[in-house]
Amino acid sequence: MIRFLLNNTLQSVSNIDPNTTVLNYLRNTLRSTEKRTGTKEGCASGDCGACTVVLAEVKNDQLTYQSINSCLTLLPALNGKQLITVEDLKQGDQLHPVQQAMVDHHGSQCGFCTPGFVMSLFSYQKNYNHRLLHENSTLKSHTDKKNTVQQFNPAKALEALAGNLCRCTGYQPIINVAKEISKNQQLDQFDLQQQHTVTTLKSIQPGQCDTIKYSIPSTNKKGAVKNSYSPTQLSQLERLLQQHPKAHLLAGGTDLVLDITQKQISFDTLIYLGEIEELRCINLSENTIEIGATTPLSQCHAVLCDEYPDLGQLLERFASLQIRNQGTLGGNIANASPIGDAPPALIAAGASLQLRHAGAVRSMPLEAFFIDYRKTHLVAGEYIEKIIIPRKPAGSIYQIYKLSKRLDDDISAVCGAFHIQLKDGKVTEASIAFGGMAAIPKRASYCEQALLHQPWNKASIETAMSALDQDFTPLSDFRASAKYRSLAARNLLLKCWIETQPNSLPTRVTDYV
Amino acid sequence: MSNHRKVANNTSQLELEKQFKQGLKTGVGKKIPHESAARHVSGDALYVDDRLEYPNQLHLYARLSKQAHATISTIDTAPCYKIPGVSCVITAKDIPGNLDIGAVFPGDPLLADGVVEYLGQPILAVAAASLDIARKAADAAVIEYTPLTAVLDVKQALDSKQFVQDSHQHKRGDANKALNDATHRLQGELHIGGQEHFYLETQVSSVMPTEDGGMLVHCSTQNPTEIQKLVASVLDLPMNKVIIDMRRMGGGFGGKETQAAGPACMAAVVANITGQPVKMRLPRIDDMLATGKRHPFYIKYDVGFDETGRLQGIDMQLAGNCGYSPDLSGSIIDRAMFHSDNAYYLGNALITGHRCKTNLASNTAFRGFGGPQGMVAIENVMDHIARYLRKDPLKIRKRNFYGKTERNITHYHQTVEDNFLEEMTSDLEQSASYSERRKAIILFNQSSQILKKGIALTPVKFGISFTATFLNQAGALIHIYTDGSIHLNHGGTEMGQGLNTKVAQIVAEEFQVDLERIQISATNTDKVPNTSPTAASSGADLNGKAAQAAARTLKQRLTSFAAEHFDVDISEVKFNNNLIQAGEQFISFNELVQLAYFAQVSLSSTGFYKTPKIFYDRDKASGHPFYYFAYGAACSEVVIDTLTGEYKVLRTDILHDVGASLNPAIDIGQVEGGFIQGMGWLTTEELIWNEQGKLTTNSPASYKIPAIADTPLDFRVKLIENRKNPEDTVFHSKAVGEPPFMLGISVWSAIKDAVSSLSNYRIHPQIDAPATPEKVLMGVEALRKQMATEQSP
Repeated sequence: MIRFLLNNTLQSVSNIDPNTTVLNYLRNTLRSTEKRTGTKEGCASGDCGACTVVLAEVKNDQLTYQSINSCLTLLPALNGKQLITVEDLKQGDQLHPVQQAMVDHHGSQCGFCTPGFVMSLFSYQKNYNHRLLHENSTLKSHTDKKNTVQQFNPAKALEALAGNLCRCTGYQPIINVAKEISKNQQLDQFDLQQQHTVTTLKSIQPGQCDTIKYSIPSTNKKGAVKNSYSPTQLSQLERLLQQHPKAHLLAGGTDLVLDITQKQISFDTLIYLGEIEELRCINLSENTIEIGATTPLSQCHAVLCDEYPDLGQLLERFASLQIRNQGTLGGNIANASPIGDAPPALIAAGASLQLRHAGAVRSMPLEAFFIDYRKTHLVAGEYIEKIIIPRKPAGSIYQIYKLSKRLDDDISAVCGAFHIQLKDGKVTEASIAFGGMAAIPKRASYCEQALLHQPWNKASIETAMSALDQDFTPLSDFRASAKYRSLAARNLLLKCWIETQPNSLPTRVTDYV
Repeated sequence: MSNHRKVANNTSQLELEKQFKQGLKTGVGKKIPHESAARHVSGDALYVDDRLEYPNQLHLYARLSKQAHATISTIDTAPCYKIPGVSCVITAKDIPGNLDIGAVFPGDPLLADGVVEYLGQPILAVAAASLDIARKAADAAVIEYTPLTAVLDVKQALDSKQFVQDSHQHKRGDANKALNDATHRLQGELHIGGQEHFYLETQVSSVMPTEDGGMLVHCSTQNPTEIQKLVASVLDLPMNKVIIDMRRMGGGFGGKETQAAGPACMAAVVANITGQPVKMRLPRIDDMLATGKRHPFYIKYDVGFDETGRLQGIDMQLAGNCGYSPDLSGSIIDRAMFHSDNAYYLGNALITGHRCKTNLASNTAFRGFGGPQGMVAIENVMDHIARYLRKDPLKIRKRNFYGKTERNITHYHQTVEDNFLEEMTSDLEQSASYSERRKAIILFNQSSQILKKGIALTPVKFGISFTATFLNQAGALIHIYTDGSIHLNHGGTEMGQGLNTKVAQIVAEEFQVDLERIQISATNTDKVPNTSPTAASSGADLNGKAAQAAARTLKQRLTSFAAEHFDVDISEVKFNNNLIQAGEQFISFNELVQLAYFAQVSLSSTGFYKTPKIFYDRDKASGHPFYYFAYGAACSEVVIDTLTGEYKVLRTDILHDVGASLNPAIDIGQVEGGFIQGMGWLTTEELIWNEQGKLTTNSPASYKIPAIADTPLDFRVKLIENRKNPEDTVFHSKAVGEPPFMLGISVWSAIKDAVSSLSNYRIHPQIDAPATPEKVLMGVEALRKQMATEQSP
């Protein structure tokens, strides 16, 4: 049974098709008098944000709020959390400050994307206020800095809204709304009820030994039942995998659920990994950063950004905030897409994986994990337990470039990651990886060889640029032609080099914010 | 007579007089929020798919062709029925009436009849208890094809003269001679991409059979009357049996002008067969595969000009990729031709428009309706001339502006009136500090190795009116109820553009009552009949006037009644701020309405409007197709990455003409939204079909409309103030739906400007639209190669 708060009402859900998305649950499954049609379906693929809802969960006795795409979320992800939809913001006839600001700034035209924007803005406001409070408390000794903290940071607002498409307004009024609600720090009903909500949510958290299960009788196999399991411990997961060797593992679901909504696949057995704390932790040691496979991408951001600033920047352009709040680092790797954003970046950083299978553990470098297009070394019943990223060597050059048609919320045509170490002006180590250039995320070995032991100068770079042709024979598709991919890959190496030369002018269009 | 209230006593008369003298707070010209804003933000606004479902509701799903051109050798629907929950399957032979749902010209079968002409064309539709079941069942049908040759490329269609309609020409003088005599002459070609509407709400209709054998249709459409006509036609019913109800669309942009008809008609056919309510909502990918888009164009030009860059002659061919059927392509290619001058006097001109037939979905109306493509073509010519003469493109543009008293006749022989292109451009040039920034950019580009900046200021002159003259008509219906509340209905449709708000403001202004008193309900074919589509930016112009006419009729009746009742002259009856003054007396609007009711005055009226002055003689390619022109100008600055082709818009300044604004907040919203949509069309929005004719950019994962961070970092939008429309439009406002779309051209030109900087502005880079990062980088490469060739001996 899945238990969650739908705003303030406890819902206990069982006997439901495990393939049901939260969006369909709200719009279709709920009884007709309770249906919530405010949440819209614009694409059912997590690309437009019209279905955005907010999940509140308890962390350190406080509620944290996250926007998610309800079209890509299955019900297990709601367990123990509060689901807030656009209908919950208004109190009686009184619009929520976020809603009122949208009215005042003419932020809606056709109105279809509006509920999604309202929910992203609501979540942004909650997090913004939280951050302000946090930053203010840490900055108490530096009162002179207080004013800068209070200032509206447009980049953060744009990041929160990058996953919401509007075809009418041109976004300007919505940016103004973000600005206004950043100023507004009055408490709303969610703040006032926070303690009560926290208590209720705590009371419905699964116990350590629980495995949540819900199911419905299948409609296409005789007597077979479709099940969804949410183990809370690794040992339970391993038992389940033995019992259901064909089960599909569900982490963030931002890719797997597309099979349901776009390919009409109906899974018989799903095992949701989000309740297993051991898989969702980040450990920072002297030499490594270890990230549990199901850690959502948004939670990886801080630690990776501190260590590898370019990786932090890449994560900000990784899909949308809604996707990053659900999608996991392990999922992005296990999915083995040639255009996943994390693999090239992590390969260049020298990351390795810890894989687990029936209690046995093995490790392998990330670059060796991929065999062919969407094929990996994972055997049946095996899964990624964690990603191990070496700490960045002092003084190393680490640069990532993601090329896509649209800057935000787009998939790479080419993603190039460069990790170079120099000694006395010569290259001592070079780890260069590309996405979008081959069937798998792949290192550019010829290019690396061309650079090794050479002086870090334009002549070496030009030789190494030519070597890239030996590394890759990219394909043409709707994202880019083979010609563009080859040319851009070469240019990225050049750009990487230019960026290490003294120059005060900006070198990336994303430097303009 | 207990309801017959007496006129207030003297003390309150003084208060009323005071109130009378205060202005109305919510009338015309005020920044009133969208009438549905509070419902939009709370999720209370209902779209067709949100309506409470009927208990025995069927869901309909269409199986689309997997071939671009083929005869259908087999359709076996038996496997569909093996899936539990399936109610019925329809194919072309199940249509009781007319199979063809072509809007103006035939050519669009509701379901493919023996032959498919594009990949994505509906072949059959399955009705089932849920959308999931209907989808599974539709996939189970067995369809076999015998492939035919498919033409996918517009150039190929042009070369083999495959047209959906005859070509048309605009002619002035002898272009050929002028070209031969010209001091300078340039030729070029350009591909302009299409555009997916990407309305956030996909096509959707919900149909309920009525007891009299008719249909009640809730449909997300810009054209309720046409849906009514087509539903009646496919069912072989008279139009009076079909009612269309349209409260709001989740975006239209032209995509729901003709192409909402398919789902509505299919659902009606199934409702007719089963007697059950039927809903059809297209999943996003199906919507993108099955419905038409903005026309891609192939342009060829040959242009002659003097030393100063002034045009002497031009021969331009505009070949629109219409897809497989005419749809509205005739008028769309016409409008491209009408706008191939944009703001410029072309001199001796020969403009030819071709309507090319290809095996793609039938391309259709989209904001600007061909106009943007014609304007991109001529703006490209301006840039080309500028580079050739090594002058600032703005100088060339200004040099070619239409004159006020001479050089003021278009190539279709309409005089350009109320032309203030020059003043507007010079205002914007100053407020945007064009020349200072041009200098700063040159300096930046000299020192910046990877990034280069570009700037462009481009004008817009857009003709307002349907070019199919008969469409320029509208109706409205107003009821005043005995409590003084007003019900307003008009033939236009609300798709987010704020039409209902504007029309309500107009009626509020006429009656001098608060806006809250006016309720607009769903557009409904049994309230206002025989309406034109809400298109061509005409919504407020036409329906506002019709509503004004209805209001004036009622006001006149109330005025006559008041004059009689209070025994004063008609000229002594005045309406202001919810009050009526009759001689010395003041009474509230409510009271007057009550008095009038008891005096048996009719409190309901229709209103009608048709646009004056317009005509077009197609045989002579000459006339006055536009009632007036709307003007605008935009200045955009971009930065590009010469190693990757990436770019960002740094700043955009816009000055736009809406005449006397009916609602400045809504108008600004149209200008900003139009600009961003136009920018998207010319930058990141790329439609790609594979060799089989399948659209591969068929979802928002692959087709990229602008997101929030694509907006200019610094965005300054202004409406031109204190400049009424000299024509007698509703409160002297101007149409605003489409014209701002073309302000986006400034971004495309600025990108080309940045690329051209690599050649010290000598070379005009060939960058087709949309200028994706790939096209920009390839433009950079081509330009570098050209420079290298020039330098080598």
